[in-house]
Amino acid sequence: MSLSESLPRVRSLRLPRADGMVQWIVPLVILVIWQAACATGLVPTRVLPAPSDVALAGWKLLLSGELVRNIWVSFWRASVGFVIGGGIGFAFGLANGLSQFSNKLTDTSLQMVRNIPHLALIPLVILWFGIDESAKLFLVALGVFFPIYLNTLHGIRTVDPQLIEMGRIYGMTDGELFRRVIFPGALPSIFVGIRFALGIMWLTLIVAETIAASSGLGYMAMQAREFMQIDVVVLSILIYALLGKLADSASRVLERLTLSWHPAFQKH
Amino acid sequence: MQEALRFLAPDAEPVERADFIEQARLVQRDQEDSARGLPLTIRALRKSFGDHEVLRGIDLHIPAGQFVAVVGRSGCGKSTLLRLIAGLETSDAGTISFGEGARPEDVRVMFQEPRLLPWARVLSNVEVGLGRQRASADAQARAEKALGEVGLDDRRAQWPAVLSGGQKQRVALARALVSRPRVLAFDEPLGALDALTRISMQRLLERVWHDQAFTAILVTHDVSEAVALADRVLVIEDGRIAHDVNVDIPRPRRRGSAALAALEGSILRDLLKSGDDPSDQ
Repeated sequence: MSLSESLPRVRSLRLPRADGMVQWIVPLVILVIWQAACATGLVPTRVLPAPSDVALAGWKLLLSGELVRNIWVSFWRASVGFVIGGGIGFAFGLANGLSQFSNKLTDTSLQMVRNIPHLALIPLVILWFGIDESAKLFLVALGVFFPIYLNTLHGIRTVDPQLIEMGRIYGMTDGELFRRVIFPGALPSIFVGIRFALGIMWLTLIVAETIAASSGLGYMAMQAREFMQIDVVVLSILIYALLGKLADSASRVLERLTLSWHPAFQKH
Repeated sequence: MQEALRFLAPDAEPVERADFIEQARLVQRDQEDSARGLPLTIRALRKSFGDHEVLRGIDLHIPAGQFVAVVGRSGCGKSTLLRLIAGLETSDAGTISFGEGARPEDVRVMFQEPRLLPWARVLSNVEVGLGRQRASADAQARAEKALGEVGLDDRRAQWPAVLSGGQKQRVALARALVSRPRVLAFDEPLGALDALTRISMQRLLERVWHDQAFTAILVTHDVSEAVALADRVLVIEDGRIAHDVNVDIPRPRRRGSAALAALEGSILRDLLKSGDDPSDQ
């Protein structure tokens, strides 16, 4: 009772444009505490450099062009691997969702492969591809494949059969049925797959670049470790966090655009 | 033709000649290719699911334009009969024939669930009903007209998710009507609606049936709905037509009138008599 009474009052206190800022309060507070802890010597800078030092290191690397080059290399690997693995996963998801024969033929094999942690293949991949680009692309593609495959398959399988029957009654051809009923119905699930895949994409890339690479963000972090440049190490980690957030936001925007019909995305 | 025009616009102000020609063209088209129901003849129809024989020999003739209600206990086979008529199932034996020249889009079904595409706006959902003619130039105009017939023209740009249950069902009705079907089969279309929405939907169904003169087959578990709407009520028991009752009460029928109540009572008694399930008493 007291809660329901107090709620409207709390709401009316909120500033009109505060909603978008709320999510940044916690990171900001952490940043301030971190800076203060380093400035007072509570945390030795050998363990954790102050945010200002990290920013300074970032500025220096930006000026030398090294930062942009490494970010670009990592971004390129991530997106190419994502497109290859996601594309194949999507194709298999479609095929196995739409055709019983294809499903019988390939699903069991794919499920078996899925149970191998793809990072366990790193030694094998290095033996196969060495440490050049194809090794990283292969690992990212493999990691991204399964979430997209599984969620596309699941999305197509769970399209409301009543809607499919309706489409058939109204004389839709197979192509129309796919375009107007099956694909839009599977889309929410496909997006779940994409967001899972984005997480796995960064994870795979970080591991692959720290172990076997001669460029990229992971390589930059490993190099900095060799020279005890802890500020650069922390910088790389922060950039990974930022890129991950960026990819997630991009998929959310895409989701909002294509799923505007969905009750969960409607403005109230 | 003059008669028809006068009937269409009885209190019209002086009308432009062009409007007259347009009106006449519309009337003519309605009379030509739709506005005529198809007769339906069913002979010795049988259907089983596994060991269970759902329909055990149905013989039935429905004249063109008749409104037939099919009632019966749940599981008696009434929905199966409707799905066979609509071509959603194939029969084990027997024939179903619609008169000469019936095309697939002449027979339409409306289900208990609206089955709207949640990712298509209301108007696109109605356009789905045009079937193969979706690509034609006047598709949108026809969909808008059908939406107008169910009183939802102001909702054309909305998503189905924001509509109420009754509105969704009206969109589904517009989708079924837009191709000007000659047989319309209803599978408990009002079963999920509240009592007041039901009554206004019944009036809407009766009106469009009257205006478009298609043959209507309504499967329902609600006997009062059946006698209020139909020319003829079929009672199905154990996969056979047990009773075939003509409802010759003149339209418009007044809801709750003594004549309707008496007929409803006698059909209900028939239904209950046949049942040996004590929980129905």
